[in-house]
Amino acid sequence: MSNYTDKIREISERLLKEGRVDMVIGFKQGTMPMMNEPCFVKKPEDVSKLVWDSHCGINLANYLTDRKEKIGVIAKGCDSRNIVTHIIENKIKREQLVIIGVPCKGMIDRRKIASMSDAEILSVAEQNGKVIVKTKDAEKRYERTDLLQKNCALCVHRNPVIYDELAADLVEEQKNVDRYADIREIEAMPPDEKWHLFDDLFSACIRCYACRNACPLCYCPTCFVDESRPQWVGKSTDPIDTKTFHFLRAYHCAGRCTDCGACERACPVGINMRLLTRKLEKDCFESFGWEAGLSLDQRPPLDVYKTNDPEDFIK
Amino acid sequence: MKVIKIDKKDWAGGLDKASSGYRFFGPVEDKECHNFKELDKGELPDFNFSNTRLSAKSVVFPQTEAMFEYSLDENEADHHLMKECRKNDAPRAVLGIRPCDASAFLLVKRNFDNPEYRDPWWVKAYESTTFAGLACNNPCASCFCTSAGCGPFDEKGLDVLLVDAGDHFLAKVVTEKGRKMLAAAGWNAETDADIEALKKDAESKISSFVPTDKLKDKTTMELYNAAFWEEAAFACLNCGTCTYSCPTCWCFDIQDESKGKSGIRMRNWDSCMYPLFTLHGSGHNPRGTKIHRVRQRFMHKLKYYVDKYGDGIQCVGCGRCIRLCPVNIDIRKICEKMNSYEPKAGDCNR
Amino acid sequence: MQNPYLPYPVRIDSIITETEDRNLKTFRFVFLNPDDEKKFAYQSGQFAELSVTGKGEIPIGIASSPTEKGFVTFTVNKVGLVSSYLHSMKVGDIMGIRGPMGHPYPWDVLKGKNVVIIGGGFAFTTLRSSIIYMLHPENRSKFKDIHVIYGARTPGMLLYKNELAAWEKRDDIRMNITVDGTKDPDWKYNVGFVPTITEKKAPNADKDTYSIICGPPIMIKFTQPVLDKLGYAHDHIIMSLENRMKCGIGMCGRCNVGKDFVCKDGPVFTLSQLETMPQEY
Repeated sequence: MSNYTDKIREISERLLKEGRVDMVIGFKQGTMPMMNEPCFVKKPEDVSKLVWDSHCGINLANYLTDRKEKIGVIAKGCDSRNIVTHIIENKIKREQLVIIGVPCKGMIDRRKIASMSDAEILSVAEQNGKVIVKTKDAEKRYERTDLLQKNCALCVHRNPVIYDELAADLVEEQKNVDRYADIREIEAMPPDEKWHLFDDLFSACIRCYACRNACPLCYCPTCFVDESRPQWVGKSTDPIDTKTFHFLRAYHCAGRCTDCGACERACPVGINMRLLTRKLEKDCFESFGWEAGLSLDQRPPLDVYKTNDPEDFIK
Repeated sequence: MKVIKIDKKDWAGGLDKASSGYRFFGPVEDKECHNFKELDKGELPDFNFSNTRLSAKSVVFPQTEAMFEYSLDENEADHHLMKECRKNDAPRAVLGIRPCDASAFLLVKRNFDNPEYRDPWWVKAYESTTFAGLACNNPCASCFCTSAGCGPFDEKGLDVLLVDAGDHFLAKVVTEKGRKMLAAAGWNAETDADIEALKKDAESKISSFVPTDKLKDKTTMELYNAAFWEEAAFACLNCGTCTYSCPTCWCFDIQDESKGKSGIRMRNWDSCMYPLFTLHGSGHNPRGTKIHRVRQRFMHKLKYYVDKYGDGIQCVGCGRCIRLCPVNIDIRKICEKMNSYEPKAGDCNR
Repeated sequence: MQNPYLPYPVRIDSIITETEDRNLKTFRFVFLNPDDEKKFAYQSGQFAELSVTGKGEIPIGIASSPTEKGFVTFTVNKVGLVSSYLHSMKVGDIMGIRGPMGHPYPWDVLKGKNVVIIGGGFAFTTLRSSIIYMLHPENRSKFKDIHVIYGARTPGMLLYKNELAAWEKRDDIRMNITVDGTKDPDWKYNVGFVPTITEKKAPNADKDTYSIICGPPIMIKFTQPVLDKLGYAHDHIIMSLENRMKCGIGMCGRCNVGKDFVCKDGPVFTLSQLETMPQEY
């Protein structure tokens, strides 16, 4: 995807020069292996700062919320779906945006790479579909497809669903992906096993809220966990409060989540909270045939009423 | 100072022997990382780590800590009166804490133990703890301890410095507390082995350096109004990862929680990254924007603390915030910017 | 080791509703253990944490004066969780107070000086404490002229109305009470915003004249240029800051303005000090 960088710079420079946007939001080279930093560029001469590679997993829709400028924003498939959701939910106006679409081949899972090596990872580079991982004493090569973020491996919307410019030719979408095998396994568990699973899943949580804050859907001015009157959730590390936070947050994202993976990627302790959001995604798909952020014309199923909404759950 | 040789085959036995007098805390691997926890009887710390994901600050300053308990039942004589929660102040020892994390306690001590006030819980926990640190033979690429007044073999926060020397540890006795712990474990084989060479070798592996020399001479308001904060703060998500993983961040919140007729007052870690941290009852927020909050974190560590105590930055260079930040905000870069900052006409970000 | 987080237990001795909107109440507390009153020795300008079991604590300026013995009083605006609950409490209820905290107004500096007190709205509490303190027979001679400019939106929003009326009658304090507006035909004091009245009534500056100013941000913003016009040096303008607080003893980290904590190093700062600090309050 490295040739994307040149094209992104070229488009950004043009948009800034022509005055079509006040700023371009993209990524700049990070200081750590497998990390890039979201950034803005306001001057055409600064576009060389922008980069694109397999480590641009943070969802840039998150940086659009309530901004007033005209913005060029770089968008992978999932970012573009969150931009759609943002537009539907009045967090940004379509007219403010020039969407620079990035047909995406998936982001690399930095956790997976770190876990494969006892030694510190010093650099990660890509060459012809191979990922070259360097540590102090070794250099190893892996197939890129084996190292994708879990959400990317399951992704069926790699191409941006809405865009004004394209940084590359569209890519082929993945077909016949079984998105919910692990969710079905959990669904089949007896209650005590589920209980144990969730206890264990969130036991490491430090309530830093990186998952919430990395999520483009979580833009509430005051999150329910921060509300003090009334106080819905305790503020300690009590496991019940911690789980309440994660469960409720997932429900708030139901029918809106695009499984961009920003939450799991941001978590400093490696919690896979996507098990919750994907269960709700699955339910929305099964009940309403709904996938979030594919169209500007339709609101998420949980904030509209239709006479033919399924009601099998009413017993 | 004395150096004791501990054969690794005597390690478990020594700890077992000392366990009657100490509660041991040590790094243990859980899921994808190592973290400190209280060791069960017979459980050994796992030293196969570069550093723990979270710092060891929770051993002395737990993320959630009950302060007082009370009854809301008016039929009880002491209703609505705060009673201090009972704490286990029995001697404890932290095994395998890295020198950076141990020296962080000295920076934090200035906050919790000062001439005007002493925080009883922090002080008691700190004073009852023996720090048996593990020297860093292989520092990470993101460690910059030697720039932050610390180092891979730094002793100043420690009671004992353990150096892994293959089939044995070399234990340098730093304080009387440390001597006692080694004695309790029955480790007493004095050696004239020199750890200086190992120390030099480890220090030479540090590859990250951050200039801090000019911070104290900068004017607070000039740094505060510098133009670079907008760019520095842009990516920030305002999560608490950097502050919660930081061994030198000490901010906390106080909360009451009641259930039925009884309640507790507790404190929880808090973070200057959260808007709620400073929100007034009126709705006004003196640090209402992301720029305010990011600037506060770095100004506190790299300027306010420097000015307040005149003894360097509030950072030990452990590199956790760099490794864990979801958007790669790097304190080394910000520190460089601050240290080299010269005000230009027109800079204003107030 | 004295536990600085442990509140002194107190009983609510009386509750007075001060203002017509009923959002301001003055609580008078009596210490359950008489010895605690001595430990709570305070000066005007300091504050304390009011502790309500089950709800939490709020930092509130002390409205009583150290010359008033046997009780302490606080006037509390109903805004958040704790203050709202406090407003529902009754005489006789048990709660706690923790303090005194922060620095008082600089009474050693003010000795022998003219003192100009400028207050607005419900921020008159520690100013009330200061006035009672200075007017006390033992203290009045320690100060030269005392001027007071105090304004509220309407007559019904003024605090301590009986005391204001009594001070109006005295000749050792120059009172300038004002309201933003009123339909009351019997209103016999000023009408106008605090900055306007300050410009008309405050004495000109000299090296022996200090002003203490407490009020809503908007009042402070417009009064400051007036004091400049009157020639007040910025180290002669004394202000009291508010920030969100928890511990009150400089440990929990949230109330800092630059390197200083409002709770421990403040809340009292001179304007010239504030000019070297970030405006994070």
